[in-house]
Amino acid sequence: MKQLKALSAPYLVWMFVFILVPLLMVAYFAFTTDEGTLTMQYISDVGQYANIFVRSIWLALIATVICLVVAYPLAFILSRMDKHKQGTMLMIVMLPMWMNFLLRTYAWMTLLGNNGIINYLLGEIGLGPFKLINTSGAVVLGMVYNYLPFMILPLYSVIVKIDKSVIEAASDLGCNFWNTLLRVIVPLSVPGITSGITMVFVPAISTFIISRMLGGGSNLLIGDLIEMQFLGNAYNPHLGAAISLVLMVIILLIMTVMNQFSPDDQVLI
Amino acid sequence: MKKKWLSLVLLPGMLLSLLSGCASEEAEETEEEEVLEAQTLTVSDPDYYTRFKDDGISINVYNWGEYICTGADEGTLNVNAEFTKLTGIKVNYTNFATNEELYAKLKGGGTSYDIVIPSDYMISKMIKEGMIQKLDFSNIPNAGYIMPNFRNLAYDPDNAYSVPYTWGTVGIIYDQTMIDMDEEDIDWDILWDETYLDQILMFDNPRDAFMIAQIMQGYSINTEDPEQLRDCADKLKEQKHVVQAYVMDEIFDKMGAGDALIAPYYAGDALTIMGENEDLNFVVPKSGTNLFVDAMCIPTSAKQKEAAEMYINFMCEPDIAFANIDYICYSTPHSAAFEMLDEETQNNPVSYPDQDFIAEKTSVFVNLSDEANLLMQNLWTEMKSAEDETTNKWLVPIFLVLCLATIIFVLIRRYIKSKKDIF
Repeated sequence: MKQLKALSAPYLVWMFVFILVPLLMVAYFAFTTDEGTLTMQYISDVGQYANIFVRSIWLALIATVICLVVAYPLAFILSRMDKHKQGTMLMIVMLPMWMNFLLRTYAWMTLLGNNGIINYLLGEIGLGPFKLINTSGAVVLGMVYNYLPFMILPLYSVIVKIDKSVIEAASDLGCNFWNTLLRVIVPLSVPGITSGITMVFVPAISTFIISRMLGGGSNLLIGDLIEMQFLGNAYNPHLGAAISLVLMVIILLIMTVMNQFSPDDQVLI
Repeated sequence: MKKKWLSLVLLPGMLLSLLSGCASEEAEETEEEEVLEAQTLTVSDPDYYTRFKDDGISINVYNWGEYICTGADEGTLNVNAEFTKLTGIKVNYTNFATNEELYAKLKGGGTSYDIVIPSDYMISKMIKEGMIQKLDFSNIPNAGYIMPNFRNLAYDPDNAYSVPYTWGTVGIIYDQTMIDMDEEDIDWDILWDETYLDQILMFDNPRDAFMIAQIMQGYSINTEDPEQLRDCADKLKEQKHVVQAYVMDEIFDKMGAGDALIAPYYAGDALTIMGENEDLNFVVPKSGTNLFVDAMCIPTSAKQKEAAEMYINFMCEPDIAFANIDYICYSTPHSAAFEMLDEETQNNPVSYPDQDFIAEKTSVFVNLSDEANLLMQNLWTEMKSAEDETTNKWLVPIFLVLCLATIIFVLIRRYIKSKKDIF
């Protein structure tokens, strides 16, 4: 056991320096002024941005639900394929992740533009042009596109491990396909669903580049708001830290609720 | 001023050049030979530059992206390499994308730069906060080339902290095939015109956006009066429904691709797009505009002040100033470099508007007080995050109901589970 502890030392140091210390600094900045005196002003200032918080949560929620609905059948079908086909399909799922995130989002700008490829093709068959880019729909699309693999992979890895004999037992005992799916497979894949939701929802709620590029600047999300405090005209790291802190609390709350769905021995928080 | 788009454009190109490997290296070598033939460098006082020849000094230069002549085009000088060759001083050259990024980096500490090239208002802010230091102009004799009307500007009234590098104006770029108007008739109010609903782009930066409203309302672009700022915010709110998107660097792509018809933009970058898309035209509105100046400064934390002053002096050498301005397409405050430009460029009203117009109708940004900055930022966020009433009315209740439903569901589930566990 002692050797194991020694092995984990580098990660403990890493955790302390790059996770714990920055977190404490965020908290420190959120509760102090430039002179270092304690204040609640910045936290209470966050209240004026309530509508931006609601919109971020709402858009991230929609994106997460769409991801789940799209990813679940895909992960299920994937897990039922031949072993060698599974490898190829998984690679195709992961392929977009090999390309830079910014470039992929940038490509959507060209696709969705008023003179973009989609509107051009629609125009050829006499439809449109539609306003596709600079809408909250485009932001959700960007989130779904970018984070879908993070939903598919955990779902797949859980579903593929479900014991075949459990499913056979269910059909032996007279369960039809839909009942097997709903009463056996879905409940057994709950850990995958929760971790998939977490992995999509958390980055989606804090993104800023997607809303900047596809939302046309008028669909502000929390991420944009935080970015504006640090790199905007009003350099205000204290308010930025306060917003980050509130965001973290909200995510923590949502994750706690999520974890209630997992079996008791797998609760994370 | 804003050149982030180029890094995006260049990225695929860089990947390609990686693939092509050796072939491109060879090409570069031949290019260099041609460079020597094409533009040669003569400096005013070679002795001055050799003082640190064998000291192994290096300086850190922090500049806008794509804002120096790198010798990549045939027949141009690689400015940093020439400097090293001449003086023996190594140049560590890095880029920033916004003034605020530069500020945050300097403020945060941990890095030491010897030369930074911020814009006007940021210079006055850094002077106020003691982040940049006075220059010793006896080490920068070439500063004498700077045109008189670019000295003692409002951001650095005593001309003690900065040497102007480039300047330009903000104007309107538009698609002249779709907008049938005389150049003279185009003014800022076209950005509010309902006829071009959803075809208008707007700056995604409070200071630049407020500038446009301030000029339309007849206020100073450096006003700190809360009433005037609120008035401008109302003006910007009126514009919101005709605006297609609030963007900065993306203006380049969107205008170039014809996704929008009208946008405010910087003169230098506008020239570059107009080179790519013939339909576009650029005017500097007659009612006035912002004159921006990017100038070279030395941060207080600089380690090599004298070498940095040598670099500034080098940048003001006529040959170097010309090479840079020829490459970046902005306007130059350097009299000798201006003389070296071809006549067409000298008379181009986009780059070099009429002197009287510059004197009377344009002004530079200076730093605002913290209160005014904060108010402007808040008004801006408020303006941008204001939603259509229809969505706003339902968003919050739906969200609350969803939260409640989830919580109730969780509670019921737990209750059922605890009942089951009894058996």
